[in-house]
Amino acid sequence: MVISPSRTTPLALRLEHVSHAFHSDGAIVPVIDNVSLQAAPGEFVALLGPSGCGKSTLLRLIAGLEAPKEGAIYGDDSPVTGPGPDRIIMFQDPTLYPWRRVRGNVALGHDINGRADDEAVTAALKLVDLLDFERAWPHQLSGGMAQRVALARALVNDPRLLLLDEPLGKLDSLTRLTMQTEILRVWREKQFTALMVTHDVEEALLLATRIVVFSPRPARILADIPVSLPERRHRDDPKLLSLRKDILAQLGHREDW
Amino acid sequence: MSQRLASSVRFAPSPNVTTVRRAFPLAQTLPWLAGPVWLVAALVTWRAPDADDFPATNDLAVLFAALGVVLLVAAAGRRLSARAPWAIALGVGFGLWEVAQAKLLWLPRPFFGTPQDLLDVFQSDWRKLGDSLLHSLALLAIGYLGGATLGIAVGAGLGRSPRFRYWVRPIMRLIGPLPPVALLPLAFVLIPSSRVAGDALMALAAGFPVAVLTWSGIAAVDPAYYDVARTMGAKQRFLLFHVALPAATPQIFVGLFMGLGASFSMLVVAEMLGVKSGLGFYLQWAQGWAAYPNMYAALLVMSLMCSALMTVLFKLRDHLLNWQKDGLKW
Ligand SMILES: Nc1ncnc2c1ncn2[C@@H]1O[C@H](COP(=O)(O)OP(=O)(O)OP(=O)(O)O)[C@@H](O)[C@H]1O
Ligand SMILES: [Mg+2]
Repeated sequence: MVISPSRTTPLALRLEHVSHAFHSDGAIVPVIDNVSLQAAPGEFVALLGPSGCGKSTLLRLIAGLEAPKEGAIYGDDSPVTGPGPDRIIMFQDPTLYPWRRVRGNVALGHDINGRADDEAVTAALKLVDLLDFERAWPHQLSGGMAQRVALARALVNDPRLLLLDEPLGKLDSLTRLTMQTEILRVWREKQFTALMVTHDVEEALLLATRIVVFSPRPARILADIPVSLPERRHRDDPKLLSLRKDILAQLGHREDW
Repeated sequence: MSQRLASSVRFAPSPNVTTVRRAFPLAQTLPWLAGPVWLVAALVTWRAPDADDFPATNDLAVLFAALGVVLLVAAAGRRLSARAPWAIALGVGFGLWEVAQAKLLWLPRPFFGTPQDLLDVFQSDWRKLGDSLLHSLALLAIGYLGGATLGIAVGAGLGRSPRFRYWVRPIMRLIGPLPPVALLPLAFVLIPSSRVAGDALMALAAGFPVAVLTWSGIAAVDPAYYDVARTMGAKQRFLLFHVALPAATPQIFVGLFMGLGASFSMLVVAEMLGVKSGLGFYLQWAQGWAAYPNMYAALLVMSLMCSALMTVLFKLRDHLLNWQKDGLKW
């Protein structure tokens, strides 16, 4: 498993008083409420929050797919005005193009930006352990395989900021463990800034350098917790377990089980 | 456990084996039957006396015999298995037609011809038939391809550009449902060249369904497909050519099939009413001279042409949509 050792300069991300709302059936539904957040270059921030609170929406704003109703988002101190290949989002649903084979899906970013780098595509496919399936059509993949293709498709762009929206949500627990290790390894190697939405507190504690906890919709920041754990973490580390208890309490689970 | 298994094993195969054995010789002999059927038809054609003075009876016998030999060779090469029933049925059908009409004259002439009449038309008039076919194909190619291209472009505009949609949608709604045939008299008056007029109407006939289905196909594209490309920096051009159109391709092909059918109708009508060449014109001419065998020959050529073009379109679709799980077989 070798991925091209090209490093990118990670992006510094800054959100200033970002609020967002949707119009639905004539009513205005506030989804994000005055969120200010910073991520230093190379940081790995996990975003936790109840379902439907606005985490995916926040990632879309950062990616530049939508403009926030209020506030501003900066990448390296220049305002985000639209999408760009330095900020890649990996969506909650894999949304592979059914008319492209696995390899073609992974190479999408290269096609868009007029690059041709077969080796990078091969490396990304190897990374998610799908090189054997490079000629398969998306409808021939399982849900977990499709999500791995989506991860490879994101990584192949060498993003400076990778926005991960529950990237491991559809994986079985064993593949999930492997992929967690792989994401961590790629992040260390490539040194991009990472923002990962997850529902899994333990996953956040194993991967992230910081955890931000959001309230139910409209999302406000409830807590911003640095994870000062060693590089190689263990699920049974008592420090990790106590952090887990704190965060679950923030999310509204008083008693531990 | 092992006992139950043994009894079921002993029980199960016996009925299967018998059916397989019974079916086996039929599947083996059927291909060998096709050649002889045609040879018998050839013999009857050659030896039985004609009820009237028909042209090309001996040529027809030779044709039947040649087909019989070809089928025998195919059977020997084991290339006939699936088509054998059709080869036999056609041989029987042509043989019966020959007996009923050429030998016994059961049906009123001249509306019903004999097989040798048909053959005679191809022998004596192939130049004109072929010429008509080429003219029709040329007219169709320009009209249909032009209309299809235009239809895809208009559909893409309707699907992707609100301003284009604002201006073009009302026009589409007004003109689209009108049968293009209704515009024929006007077109022949307005456009001096009847060929150009025919092409324009064929383009209209093909273009409308293509445009509507391209539009609806693009409108139905999952917005998440666009987001995926946009997050990597894709611009409008990429979104149109590499996301919207590929995603809409299944629908576009529905439109292309409908448009092809529509332009077939338009072709025949235009050739019958204004364009002085092509298979439609030949049909009209044959009717004028009460040359019924010529009419049958032209109809046969026309249906072969339409069927071949449909097949080409199906092949193109299968090629472009090979990513789909399954599709209709033509
Ligand atoms: N395009 C939209 N139009 C209207 N409402 C929307 C739209 N997108 C999202 N919403 C609403 O915004 C809220 C937040 O949605 P979002 O997808 O950001 O939640 P989430 O935190 O990612 O949830 P989950 O963890 O379940 O994925 C939801 O209540 C949703 O109904
Ligand atoms: Mg979400």
